[in-house]
Order: sequence, then C-alpha cells, then structure tokens
Amino acid sequence: MSKTLFDKVWDAHVVRKIEDGPDVFFIDRHFIHEVTSPVAFLGLENRGIGVMFPERTFATADHNTPTINQHLPVEDPLSANQLKALETNTGKYGISHWGLGHQKNGIVHVVGPENGITLPGMTIVCGDSHTSTHGAFGAIAFGIGTSEVEMVLSSQCIMQPKPKKMRITVNGQLGKGVLPKDVILYIISKISAAGATGYFVEYAGDVFENMSMEGRMTVCNMSIEMGARGGMIAPDEKTFEYLKGREQSPKGEEWDKLVAYWETLKTDDGASFDEELVYDAADIEPQITYGTNPGLGTGISTSVPKASEVIDGEASFKKSLNYMGFNEGDSLIGTDVDYVFLGSCTNGRIEDFRAFASIVKGKKKADNITAWLVPGSHIVEAQIKEEGILDVLTEAGFDLRQPGCSACLAMNDDKIPAGKLAVSTSNRNFEGRQGPNSRTMLASPLVAAAAAVTGKVTDPREFL
Amino acid sequence: MAYDKFTVLKSTCVPLPLENVDTDQIIPARFLKATKREGFGDNLFRDWRYNNDDSPKEDFVLNNPTYSGKVLVAGRNFGSGSSREHAAWAIYDYGFRCVISSFFADIFKGNALNIGILPVTVSPAFLDKIFKAIEADANAEVEVDLHNQKVTIVATGESEGFEINGYKKNNMLNGFDDIDYLQNMKSEIGTFEEARPF
Repeated sequence: MSKTLFDKVWDAHVVRKIEDGPDVFFIDRHFIHEVTSPVAFLGLENRGIGVMFPERTFATADHNTPTINQHLPVEDPLSANQLKALETNTGKYGISHWGLGHQKNGIVHVVGPENGITLPGMTIVCGDSHTSTHGAFGAIAFGIGTSEVEMVLSSQCIMQPKPKKMRITVNGQLGKGVLPKDVILYIISKISAAGATGYFVEYAGDVFENMSMEGRMTVCNMSIEMGARGGMIAPDEKTFEYLKGREQSPKGEEWDKLVAYWETLKTDDGASFDEELVYDAADIEPQITYGTNPGLGTGISTSVPKASEVIDGEASFKKSLNYMGFNEGDSLIGTDVDYVFLGSCTNGRIEDFRAFASIVKGKKKADNITAWLVPGSHIVEAQIKEEGILDVLTEAGFDLRQPGCSACLAMNDDKIPAGKLAVSTSNRNFEGRQGPNSRTMLASPLVAAAAAVTGKVTDPREFL
Repeated sequence: MAYDKFTVLKSTCVPLPLENVDTDQIIPARFLKATKREGFGDNLFRDWRYNNDDSPKEDFVLNNPTYSGKVLVAGRNFGSGSSREHAAWAIYDYGFRCVISSFFADIFKGNALNIGILPVTVSPAFLDKIFKAIEADANAEVEVDLHNQKVTIVATGESEGFEINGYKKNNMLNGFDDIDYLQNMKSEIGTFEEARPF
C-alpha cells in the first residue's frame, strides 16, 4: 500500500495501539530547556521514578538566557534559578547539558541540527512548539507539554493520536527578494492561524526541493503557526550533505546504511492525503504581518485587508488592528518602525545573517531604529565572524548579541517597550509577545534589514 | 501529577467570546520562570486582566463579579501558539475545570486533558447558544456530563454531544494519567528501543 513520508516515519514508532485511544509513540530524540522541564523533573521525584534512556535526551539553555555579558552571573534570580535547576536535573540523571557559556550552547532548534543530533526518519519532541523545525530533515518533530516531557523522560514514549495528513505543494520559481520566510508567511496568510489544526503537513514541490536546509528549517518551524502539529520535507541529497560529518552524525558504514534507509522514506506515488493545497511560487512577494496572529499577513506592497476579506471573525480582526494601530486599507510600506529583531529559531541561522548583511552592507542603521541581532548559537556566531559578516554589520552601525531566544518571546531582558513597533524575523506577533503592549510585524531577514536602514517598512527589492 | 476525577460538572460560566485566544494571552512568557507548579492562576490572562501598574482592568471579564464559575466558554481556536503547559496550569489553578469552545489548538487540548481540564468542542451554533444564555442570565448554568459525553444548557434543556476518545475519557473519569499507563509498559518499550536504528 502506498504510504506518505509521514506514515512511514509514524508507523515505525508505534509501540502499541490503544483501541479507541492514542498510539503509544516512541521518541528517538528529546530536547529539553530550562523553562518547560523543571516541573517534569519534579514529577519524576514525586513519583519516585527515573529517566529511562538519559542518552536520548539533550538539554540546552536558551529561552531565558541573557544575550549580553553571558560570562557574568545571571541577574534575574528567577531565571538564574531555572538555569540552575536544569544543570542540577541533567547532572542528577546523566543527561547531556549545553548550558549558558558552553561552546555548543544556543537555541535548541538551531543546535540540534547543526550538531547532527537531528536525523531523518526520527521522532523528535521538545517542550516547545517550534520543535516542528526538525521536520526539515524528514523527521516527525513536534512540541509537547510538560506532562509529556515527564512521560518521555520516564518512558521514552508519549500517547499520541495520529493526526490527519496535509500536503502543501509550491511549484515554480521564487521572485527576487522572496525568502523561505515569505513562503511560509504567505501560506499561513492563505489558510489562517488555525487552517492546519489537526494535521501534520508535508511540504512538497520545486520550491522546497530547491531550498537550502536552513530555508527548510524556517518553513517547518512555522508549521505550528497555522495550527499544524508539525511539518516535514522528504530527505534528499541536500539533507545528507548538510548532516554528513556533523559531530554526532553517524559515520562510515552506519552512515551509508542509514542513507539507504532514508532514501526510502519519501512519499510513494499514489499515497493519499486528507487535504492537498497547491500554490504558485510566482504569486509570492516579500510578506509582512499587520495583525496579532501569524495568519494576518500580506504582501509588503499591498495594504491591510478589510474584515470581510479575512478568515478570522470580525471582532477578533478589529481587536487585532486596534492593538496594532492600523486601519483597514492602510498601506504598510512607509510605516515608522522602532525596533528590528534578527534572530530566533525561525531566522537565527547563518543564511539569515548573510541575507541581512546583503542589504545593510555599505549603508547605515537608521537613527530611529534599535536593532537586536541575535545569532541562534555560538556556532552561528563563529560563522558570522569567519565570513566577515560581523565587519559589515559593525560598519553599518549594528552590534551582534550572544545566542538565545531573546526578543522572540521576551522572557529575558530583551523586551520591546510598550507601544513600540518591531519588525521581527521571529515567529509570533501575538499581543505583548515581545514585551507588554509591544507591537510586532513578522517578516524575513531582508525586510528586517530594509527597515533597519530606512527606519520604515520598506520593500527590500528596492535594494536588490 | 494526579488530578481530581471528572464526572459531571454543573456550573455557571465565564464567557470570553473572542477567537484565537493564544497561550501568550493566557499566560505571558515572563510568568513562566517558576520551577514549581504553583500560583499560575494569579497571572491567568495577565495583560488583559491588569494594567501596567497592576490595577485591574474593569472591562475584563475576570474582573467582573457578575461572572464566575468552573467553566470557561471561549471563541474559536482557543489555546493557539506555544506548547507551554503553564497555560493549562493557570486555567486549572484559577479554578476552571472545563473549557468550552468550537475549536481548540492541538497542543493546548492535549495539555488540558493531561492535567484534568476537560476541553469540550461544540458546534459554532451551540457555542453561540451558550453565549446567548449567559448574556440573558449571568447565572446561567451548563451541565457537562463526561460519562454521557453531553453538554446541556440547564435553563433551556438544549444539549449537544461532544467527542473524546475512550482512553482519555476513562482517564478523566478515574483521575488516571498516562504516566501510570506507560510505567506498566516499560519492558515492552525496552524491547522496542533495542531495535531502533538510531
């Protein structure tokens, strides 16, 4: 029987099927961080149970870490306490821990792939909804809650009903200045922030086949923003090329054997999906959001739509525009911007910094802009320096901060002040997401760079 | 963590007729810094509920003494966004045991079930009827009967069935959780693990 990529990976991980219930689902890799794990470890202690396979769990500190002066003690006592708890808990159970200051430290969804911990055909979970990022490698990867973190620690399994399957195909050639971020923002704007709830998505078509691994990660990362539990892309030569030789990637004969297996994973001809959507790459221009959920976005050259043109209900839509300070029909280009954030598990990789630098090179940061440029990991930070990107940024008046989730969720001190407007390469524009009463417009690194040098929402194609 | 059994809940409701209530509104990230599961209810809907100076916003429903109860009734796509179980903890800690909506985000729904909050998905039309009943009488009660998978507007007697898989239903009725189940499967899991290629 013809199977999809998703079916093949899912079915290989079902330990037991419960009648009229979920599957007992085996997890190959488990990532943990300081925010959603402490209560899970407390749960283990309260029950008097241990960690079943500590070598299958990997810890990094990212959500709550400062992005400057990481060599100094963390000032916020609550944040320091969470970091300490992660260190203590991982030490107690023998779990690998790349804490603050460790040379491999960084955002969990950046460090997993760059160290070869993430592999095709795996199941990967983390107490973070953007775990879907790892789907770029042909893994089934999704976010879980803390109760499930406790399940994985104690039994390496969770209870999951198998989601429905959706395939999103984008064919054609992407236009000038259109990045992977624009592709996913475009898709979400078409189907809404709830359009894929209940589904697991496979991305297919030339656009994704031709996309780099970094770009595929950006796309899969935001699957959750249309409600999908996760998204994945069939592993191919690019996937293998990216992973080969990474620190924890399998080597030698084992590698060859796995590549042969991974090549069998792609969706069979004739396999069926519960839902199929097809888009044309030529219809996608650089995107930007104007509302308070990621589905409320549009092409940068267009204007804020009318309530009748969006899927969301009128009351929510109007509340959203009111919060953002926009009106139906407003043009987005020319909007004054206060902050620019480049970073996060969505756009904190080397390609994102290359794209940003391509626009700011030889120009100056606009005076009204505060810019936070935050690499996704120390490895990305080192690449930025090696490739001379740091010099370009410095000459243009930008500083580089240290790795972490930073202003994406503003748990640390990187908070956009109340009322200020940020153009952000992160993944969520919810009310107050980047700081109480702050306002967020999501966009690609090119759009962020164009805003950073002009001080306004600007079409990046002007600079290309 | 074990939770109270859920059988029949008859309660007044708190109405929140907004769509896309995301987890950052349910509990903002800056309140996720605890290492214990305590006190999250105080920060439930923090930025909708309080001004920057911590004074209550009078127009928000949780600050309106007219409405109270163990059932939160919310618009479509409730709980979208982050996987933070803290959102479910905050709702539970505040005193809710059931959330009724016409559509839930997946992760929130799973988290709610795992900690003993019953997410009840009703049709948009029935959701509207519940909102209208509360609008007509702030003390209108609903009865959520898990055993019979039925929610009833007490004043009018109108009711609608809801879906839940048999396994989760049994857990909720008995206060069991998944970890109890998985602990009994450890040797089967161990054998499965040995055969994994990575």
